Amino acid sequence: MNFEQLREKIGYHSVLLGVIGLATSAALALANHSTLDSIRAAEAKDLQDSLKQVLPDGLADNDLLKDATEFTKDDGSKVTVYRARLGSDPKGAVFKVASRGYAGDVVALMGVDVKGRILGVRVIKHQETPGLGDKIEIAKGTWITAFDGKSLAEPDTAHWGVKKDGGIFDQFAGATITPRAVVKAVKGGLDFYAAHKDEIFTKPAQLAAKE
Amino acid sequence: MTTNYREIAANGLWDQNVVFAQVLGLCPTMAVTTSGTNGLGMGLATMAVLIASNIIISSVRMFVTAQVRIPVYIVLIATLVTIVDLVMNAFMHDLYKVLGMFIALIVVNCAVLGRAEAFAARNTVVASAADGLFMGLGFTLALVVIGLIRELIGTGTLFSQASLLLGPAFSFLEITILPGYGGTLLMILPPGGFAVLGLLLAGRQYMERRRAQQAEAANTSALAAA
Repeated sequence: MNFEQLREKIGYHSVLLGVIGLATSAALALANHSTLDSIRAAEAKDLQDSLKQVLPDGLADNDLLKDATEFTKDDGSKVTVYRARLGSDPKGAVFKVASRGYAGDVVALMGVDVKGRILGVRVIKHQETPGLGDKIEIAKGTWITAFDGKSLAEPDTAHWGVKKDGGIFDQFAGATITPRAVVKAVKGGLDFYAAHKDEIFTKPAQLAAKE
Repeated sequence: MTTNYREIAANGLWDQNVVFAQVLGLCPTMAVTTSGTNGLGMGLATMAVLIASNIIISSVRMFVTAQVRIPVYIVLIATLVTIVDLVMNAFMHDLYKVLGMFIALIVVNCAVLGRAEAFAARNTVVASAADGLFMGLGFTLALVVIGLIRELIGTGTLFSQASLLLGPAFSFLEITILPGYGGTLLMILPPGGFAVLGLLLAGRQYMERRRAQQAEAANTSALAAA
């Protein structure tokens, strides 16, 4: 039986699909295996860079990526907290906060000092309208720096909102939902810090869960 | 059968251009062409996948039967795109951060499957590689043109952030045509993409029709002279 006839057999199709499946799985496994370490390293560097942005220079001298611990929020979601220390003194905590924006979640990284004052906030992921809502990015505007130095006491709870809602933070022309989401996320972060203040710096470090 | 490379090149760049003639792969076309740089990056990534998929598919074409060819092609293309995604994430991480979300879109770019079906499945490896190259170049060209028009009207710049994609040596490409221009949001949003593509298609049709008319006129006068 020659190849032409063999190709017409129903069994040939199955074997062909099986071989292709095996070969592609093997190729994927190989590619995954050989890029895993580089991808981990690149992502760790990304995280390190964004951690640096929300903490002032010289505030801490420890490796934040290694001094991380996980908390469970009231709503059951998990959050990884990176602790900044100078020597053995706790100096601040960095963690992610998120809130629903105009299009999907707006995710921000915020740094808080031991007294609960904001050291810095940076939006790291969002899908808000380009040209309107994306002014929350540091690359597009300085709006996000308005949070620096704020805390739960200053301004008081009634003023933690955008100006339209009687708060102190600016909204953008044509985009109120996006800044409102960021303000809500940051406020939520401060509440979380206040609720766990006592254990944030004492809980033993554990490897951060991968997202 | 001899391969006409001139025809392959003309098909890829103009006659059978993926975007302007076949109107395939519109999902990535609309999604990424908010700037010339994005269009260029997406075009080049798609071109790499097109060349590789054409080579692989034409080299296994003897073994693939007509009945199961579509699943085989799709699995091969999806595997290839995933590998490109992993490799870029690992070794070109900054570029990956700009283009990352679009790389996965290459899988659903029907132009890749279309070339596998229409060309690679029945041509030699070398001819298929050439077809992938020129189809990819034509796609890149279309994306860059649409991207530049949308970027110019939308934000008043050309090739912004090109140095992020090509390295600092290419920062000379980044030009601000209209300084202090407030921008036209509509052009950056999907409707702007459709509008620009529609106008370009109309322009191409007009040119093609004039060319046909001129050829016809030349024909009749030649006949009259004879």
